[in-house]
Amino acid sequence: MKGRVWKFGDDVDTDQILPAERLVSENIDRLHDFLFEKVRPGMASEVAKGDIIVAGRNFGCGSSREHAPRAIIDAGISCVVAESYSRIFYRNSINLGLRVLVASADVGDGETVEIDLDGGKIISASGTYDFPPPGEFEKSMIESGGLMGRLKR
Amino acid sequence: MRPKTISEKIFESKAGRECRAGDVVECEVDYVMVNDVTGPLAFRAFEETGMEPVREKIVLIPDHFVPAKDVDSAQQAKEMREFAKRHGIPHYYEVGRSGVCHQVMIDDGFVAPGRLIVGADSHTCTYGGLNAFGTGIGSTEAAYVFATGRLWFRVPESIEIVLRGKLRENVSGKDLILRIVGDLGMDGATYKALEFSGPGVASIPMPDRFSMSNMAIEAGGKAGLFPYDPVAKRFAEAVSRGEYEGVNADPGAEYVRTLEYDLSKIVPMVAVPPRPDGALEASKCDVAIDQAYLGSCTNGRIEDMRIAAGIVKGKRVAPGVRMIVVPASVDVHRKMAAEGLIEVFLDAGAFVSGPTCGACLGGHMGILSDGEVAVSSTNRNFIGRMGHPGSKVYLASPATVATSALAGRIRAPEGFE
Ligand code: SF4
Repeated sequence: MKGRVWKFGDDVDTDQILPAERLVSENIDRLHDFLFEKVRPGMASEVAKGDIIVAGRNFGCGSSREHAPRAIIDAGISCVVAESYSRIFYRNSINLGLRVLVASADVGDGETVEIDLDGGKIISASGTYDFPPPGEFEKSMIESGGLMGRLKR
Repeated sequence: MRPKTISEKIFESKAGRECRAGDVVECEVDYVMVNDVTGPLAFRAFEETGMEPVREKIVLIPDHFVPAKDVDSAQQAKEMREFAKRHGIPHYYEVGRSGVCHQVMIDDGFVAPGRLIVGADSHTCTYGGLNAFGTGIGSTEAAYVFATGRLWFRVPESIEIVLRGKLRENVSGKDLILRIVGDLGMDGATYKALEFSGPGVASIPMPDRFSMSNMAIEAGGKAGLFPYDPVAKRFAEAVSRGEYEGVNADPGAEYVRTLEYDLSKIVPMVAVPPRPDGALEASKCDVAIDQAYLGSCTNGRIEDMRIAAGIVKGKRVAPGVRMIVVPASVDVHRKMAAEGLIEVFLDAGAFVSGPTCGACLGGHMGILSDGEVAVSSTNRNFIGRMGHPGSKVYLASPATVATSALAGRIRAPEGFE
């Protein structure tokens, strides 16, 4: 996996990822249009398939809205790398099949990085950062396409 | 047997096997609640399975954008109404018989000691005030519970919060939890449960317990649990439906961290935006306000209304300031009417609405414009939470909100100026 980095700080809450006023059914199929619109206007139109979000501590804190990871997935983001996550965001991501990696990566905004999933490495121009490879439970979730995929099997 | 925390014991009884913190278990839940924001996504995911829903366990409560604020939210509310009808879901709450989802869950007795309740709303942790393991989940997970009545959980580690002494007059559970969240930080309890214990717990009344458990999530907590004591028992006997069994931690249970508070030292607090952990003594926060908001699942209960009404009675809200009062449920609204509180607020120049989430999440009924400042009895003050990204929200207790509304600036209640 290789992609451009969209860099964020600590405590990125779900209101920043997707503002509450966009949470109406009308928008369900175009949530990605509103991704980070309040804090990074223009990002939604620039983001490309395979891009990567890199953030600090407590990514996805705040509300339980699943619209947040969904907007990230729909925008084509291949994975999120953060030092830590809020519990519900982490759960939602696993249940939806979004890769959420736990690592502290000192990479700059706009940089291109490569992610070696099996090897647990993030490779950038400035250095290489390790992350713990996903556990059995998470792996089986991603493989079955998330929680509902398990139900259908 | 190894001594256990409340969380470990609740999961143990639900999973039917020994549980310790860190285990991943799949187990039966007692109820699953969704609201008008998280519901539609869950309905879609559920319909795709073609399965029959576990009807009795599902509770549908529109509250965020109802009464519908625009065409989009009307559509959303309609999806919920139609889902309830199509599948014959008995627990559906129409506007006029409803309110903020968590307060309705309490008022209507779904919440009871020892229960495991999930809700597609992060403040489902409120139910810990009555010794229930309530926790927020996503919409897809809610759909899974609709279909199976079950869900996977990681049994959390717990942080013990030992309380001693008694809160002073005009200091509430809200002030205490603002202090605690300030000490823990926004991610201080991530993946963990808070367990309140100690001799001070007995003096904390039920509404304050709910406010405190409500804000466990503001420190990242999975749940915020109070013990099953005589106060909880009395409340459950009066309100909870069905059978239940209260749960207490064993002496010697393992906690990853212990914090202690002398309740007599707690003073009125605010959380300075944009962080719920921005704890500051209210008396040190002298900020002019445009709006004072009283309501939400944190502090929209009848007791909160009584406290605020007691302060504004016979006085007037400061010129140029809007005070907005939103009861958390139709039950609260009815009591306000019966006790004459609506008149007290109207006489003071406040605006009183029916129950809804309202402006708490920047939905409607009191959105802030650029540069405006609010003092609010709600639970979050993130950037843009109640409106424009350039607006600011200071979180506070009902007493501080009411006192500030009269002063036109943030003011601690009497005795703490
Ligand atoms: S009152 Fe506010 S915090 Fe509570 S459920 Fe409604 S929007 Fe969420």
